Amino acid sequence: MLLIHADARRGLPAARPLLLAQVDTALTPDTPILDVRGLTKRFGSTEVLKGIDLKVRPQELVFVIGPSGSGKSTFLRCCNRLEEPTDGSIRVAGVELLAHKVDINAMRRRIGMVFQSFNLYPHMTARGNVMLALRKVLKMPKEQARAEADAALDRVGLADRAGHHPSALSGGQQQRVAIARALALKPELMLFDEPTSALDPELVGSVLGGMRDLKADGMTMLVVSHEMRFAQEAADRVVFMDGGVIVEEGPPSAIFGAPKHERTRAFLSRVLN
Amino acid sequence: MDQALPPTRWTIFLDTFFKASVIDQYLPSILKGIVVTLEVAALVVICGILLGLTLALVRAYRIRAVNILIVILVDMLRALPPLVIILVVYFGLPNVGIALSNFAVLWLILTLVLAAFAEEIFWAGITATPKGQWEAARSTGLGFTQTLLFVVMPQALRITIPPLTNRTIAITKNTALGTVIGVPEILNQATTATSFAGNATPLMMGAVAYMVIFIPVVTFGRWLETRFAWRRA
Repeated sequence: MLLIHADARRGLPAARPLLLAQVDTALTPDTPILDVRGLTKRFGSTEVLKGIDLKVRPQELVFVIGPSGSGKSTFLRCCNRLEEPTDGSIRVAGVELLAHKVDINAMRRRIGMVFQSFNLYPHMTARGNVMLALRKVLKMPKEQARAEADAALDRVGLADRAGHHPSALSGGQQQRVAIARALALKPELMLFDEPTSALDPELVGSVLGGMRDLKADGMTMLVVSHEMRFAQEAADRVVFMDGGVIVEEGPPSAIFGAPKHERTRAFLSRVLN
Repeated sequence: MDQALPPTRWTIFLDTFFKASVIDQYLPSILKGIVVTLEVAALVVICGILLGLTLALVRAYRIRAVNILIVILVDMLRALPPLVIILVVYFGLPNVGIALSNFAVLWLILTLVLAAFAEEIFWAGITATPKGQWEAARSTGLGFTQTLLFVVMPQALRITIPPLTNRTIAITKNTALGTVIGVPEILNQATTATSFAGNATPLMMGAVAYMVIFIPVVTFGRWLETRFAWRRA
């Protein structure tokens, strides 16, 4: 599995033509899929991210928690440059995302993203939603794209809904189509931005189930969410953010069982009681 | 015996607007007018909507200088009465050496006016498409143009259809303005015939001709609205 990963990445161009960068981007199985250093983001005079450092290793599931306004969603959205960082470094599989010459579209197809509000294309069927990037980004022939889309929908348990428009699907089904849409591009990293926050409580389970399956298949995931129980059960690491910085991070047992910082304790007591 | 009967209001009315002999005499010229009106209208609708769509797509790239130009042009065309522009261009421009035929002036001005309104309508459709649609598409690696064409425009076009249909009908009816610069469209034929005949029947024939042309268009517009109304997610 890891060998296949390394092979697949060998042919990719280095982010920068500098010798130093090339040495730096030499890939080993231990190279973090996501390596964020000194990330800052300002909106006008408001500093939302004040220097974030985080590594996510292959097959890791890292959970980001924190109060609203802590910058966790902004941080996640910087990781595929939907939000343009002010300063710092973001490497995905060794490629510097903030380099001038980086082909951001080529990088984004290696980084799947799932949104709070699903953002399915309402004028297309579930299958059409998944096929679009396969056809237009990967330039796949129609029949192959269709087969790949159906396979991706099957992975999230929606093979029988392929021909439905989003309006004919439940929220949980829509979100799983959105996961399939990202998954079909075979990303090396998946970003989840509060994937269950817009769902009715009884639909949350199906989406978390899909994420659990991804984890079992070895997907690398960075998740911003308020599903604390899911974090305790499925996360390899939990990161607590507040005020634009990472306050503390560690395995879920440590963060939930014995948080070191007062801010973490205060936040957890608010959300867990 | 007939002449002995005093004319009633009803027979005067019929004689004024529906005189059979006048209808017979001027039907061919009204029909010619219909052909001209249809020609101008078709050209205006096609060119105006395509130009408006192009301007809206260009505007989506948010190149500052270009967008300022588009907004100025569009606002001027929307503010000025089409009749004023037609007169200025037809009677004014020849003085600076640009002489366009009356047909060309009518087509050009109505096309530009429709394009201006269509651009605003398409632009409203583009900006009404939720930001999340852009983000979802871009996050899968689609480029800006691909996202605009495959994700945003199909959604924008649907919400655009009702206002665009109304505006298109309104502008197309302005083909009647061609009469002031002698374009032989329906109204021009009808007024000419009316003055020759000394009878208002040709004007009524013109009114009927407009109904014959535009009632199907209005009906088609309504069909389009229901055809493209789809449940939002």
